[in-house]
Amino acid sequence: MTTTSPVADAPPLVQSRKRAGRWMGWAFVGPFMAVFLLVFVAPVLYAFYLSLFQNQMVGGDKFVGGANYLQALGDPQFWDSVIRVSVFLVVQVPIMLFLALFAALALDSGRLRASSFFRISVFLPYAVPAVVATLMWGFIYGPRFGLFGSINDFFGLDLAEPLSSSWILASIGNINTWEFTGYNMLIFYSALKVIPAELYEAANLDGAGTFRVIRSIKLPSIRGAIGIASIFSVIGSFQLFNEPNILKALAPNSISSYFTPNMYAYNLSFAGQQFNYAAAISIIMGVLTVIVAYVVQLSGSRKDA
Amino acid sequence: MKNNHRFRRVATAALAASLMIGGLAACSGSGTTANAGAEGASAADIAKALDTETTLTVWGWAPQLEPIVEAFEAKYPKVHVNLENVGTGNAHYTKLQNAVKAGSGAPDVAQIEYNALPQFALSDSLVNLKDFGAEELKDNYTASTWGSVNLNGGVYALPQDSGPMAMFYRADVFEKHGISIPTTWDEYVEAGKKLHAADPKAYITSDTGDAGFTTSMIWQAGGKPYTLDGSTKVAVDLQDEGAKKWTGTWNQLLKNDLLSPVTSWSDEWYKGLSDGSIATLIIGAWMPANLESGAAGASGQWRVAPMPTYEKGAAATAENGGGGDAVLKQSKNKAAAYGFLQFANGPEGSKIHAANGGFPSTTADLQSEAFLNAENAYFGGQKINEVLVQASKDVVPGWSYLPFQTYANSIYSDTVGQAYGSKGDLNDGLKAWQDATAKYGQQQGFTVTTK
Repeated sequence: MTTTSPVADAPPLVQSRKRAGRWMGWAFVGPFMAVFLLVFVAPVLYAFYLSLFQNQMVGGDKFVGGANYLQALGDPQFWDSVIRVSVFLVVQVPIMLFLALFAALALDSGRLRASSFFRISVFLPYAVPAVVATLMWGFIYGPRFGLFGSINDFFGLDLAEPLSSSWILASIGNINTWEFTGYNMLIFYSALKVIPAELYEAANLDGAGTFRVIRSIKLPSIRGAIGIASIFSVIGSFQLFNEPNILKALAPNSISSYFTPNMYAYNLSFAGQQFNYAAAISIIMGVLTVIVAYVVQLSGSRKDA
Repeated sequence: MKNNHRFRRVATAALAASLMIGGLAACSGSGTTANAGAEGASAADIAKALDTETTLTVWGWAPQLEPIVEAFEAKYPKVHVNLENVGTGNAHYTKLQNAVKAGSGAPDVAQIEYNALPQFALSDSLVNLKDFGAEELKDNYTASTWGSVNLNGGVYALPQDSGPMAMFYRADVFEKHGISIPTTWDEYVEAGKKLHAADPKAYITSDTGDAGFTTSMIWQAGGKPYTLDGSTKVAVDLQDEGAKKWTGTWNQLLKNDLLSPVTSWSDEWYKGLSDGSIATLIIGAWMPANLESGAAGASGQWRVAPMPTYEKGAAATAENGGGGDAVLKQSKNKAAAYGFLQFANGPEGSKIHAANGGFPSTTADLQSEAFLNAENAYFGGQKINEVLVQASKDVVPGWSYLPFQTYANSIYSDTVGQAYGSKGDLNDGLKAWQDATAKYGQQQGFTVTTK
């Protein structure tokens, strides 16, 4: 912005006002942009910059261009982790969203007794920090003294071993479902609340039953909310980290150091000093997540059209 | 939902930022140029440094460090010590490694375990204490701990604690089932079978795979899987005779379901140690204090015996854990830092260490009558130190760790752990571990040979 003296004549003043108006917008978003650049854009750019180098204990730093990316694309451990979170996504997210939708519709139906108690108790797990939740479930899953151990003992069975390698993904899915169903329920419920009452009245006059109302009014009206909940869940699945990382202490052989992409990047950089390769993996995962989230959004909006 | 969105963004940023911090550190690796030439100091210099107003920063997590620092400050009032606990084990090493690579921010003195020492010593991050005359202290420490701090002809730390392995066992459980205390590994496997047959809930020991335990077991069996030649050439051989000897025994326990599937240090593990469903532990001499606090309910039931051996009567054991303190090259006041080491890891410090539940590495403390004859009530009045001190003399010599042992240990569960999980052949697991370790070494610029 130029320095405008108060004695300037009319036309420049108007112009400078116009210019000031243009800058005024930036002034309002300035604090946000500053923080956004500092804590979001800059780290991403820096991570990208890092990903172009290689650091060795013997030999130091050298520029390797896209070699880290090529290595990641051919790294079976990386793809193993990507496939694992994809399976998790395809199985756990629909179950969780379906449960959340069911709970939200039940709440909205107005036929529940003690509905506010129901609402808070379904939502409560979301308020439990993920670390605490995982530790708690870890105790429940314990093979000897945990709840599952006791059940197996009581029936003399050896059925479910939640911490064994064949069950561990389902066990983590269970923790996540427990944690986030209430949260998604609240998204759906608040979307249901804003549906105009006239629609229901009209449906009532037309003689539509409960399920017809759900199918023709409620579900179409909250499609946007379902889309958003799906995108959050997709991102959450790809970023799976806390739960497996904490359970690893209890089930070291079931959860590898490359169980999820985030764990792989974490272990590469913090146990293996491979910051550069970890940065490359993080960038690839970021891009993959954007693509998948975008596809989910597209498929959601196509239904809208 | 907005809130959640923001949370995710913050979380992403935090992850990226942490990468950035790590990266910053990674980028300035060449910052730590070694001051060429002797940087040591004479005894007079050290004494002078300890009589000058100084502040030393010490990083460590051992609970004994606090009383040691207090005593040190009382003796040398002009030296102020900032004792910082920046994490335990790997968390600590990560921060230390970052500070070393960044070229600043490292403490003057750091606690470093024996298995992590090569990583810091060979990357030229630590002061060679020979320059300060540490060589003279050789006879003060047990041969195995001195061997652990002696790398490539230099002395890179002074030993603090040690962990010669022994067999901790439940006398009541063995008595109840009429099983005699095993002295060889064959007897140990037999005892395991008998015990599990008599009580399906009881196991001879618990083991779900642990890198430190595996390497110590191979060490005891005479294996030398890691050999260093200079600071850039390493050989990894987890298929040698020692390794095969160990898997020969351990495969039997694994395949016959004789190992309690409870993970060490978990809540369930301590419960198992209390209720007798885990009948023995093959572990370092630092274990008694942990048993007393973690399995208080089993007071009076535990005893200590020498570690079983492959040949009857041929005593052999290995170190399991333990470590010392080192002076960082970055330190601005190396003479005072070494002075702190002399105190903390010398006669005065080691007494405080032992009095606070540590197992010493100093021969004077190990030989003292009071230490040897101490009757431990938790162990039914047994003079456990007699057994443990003997173990410290029976450690098989000639062992070394890798200069990237912490990473190798972090991928143990991906390889050997898989064999544990599937009750497969541990040899296959060890082979996979060897290959993954070698691959990492090559990526890090080492010349790695494998069998």
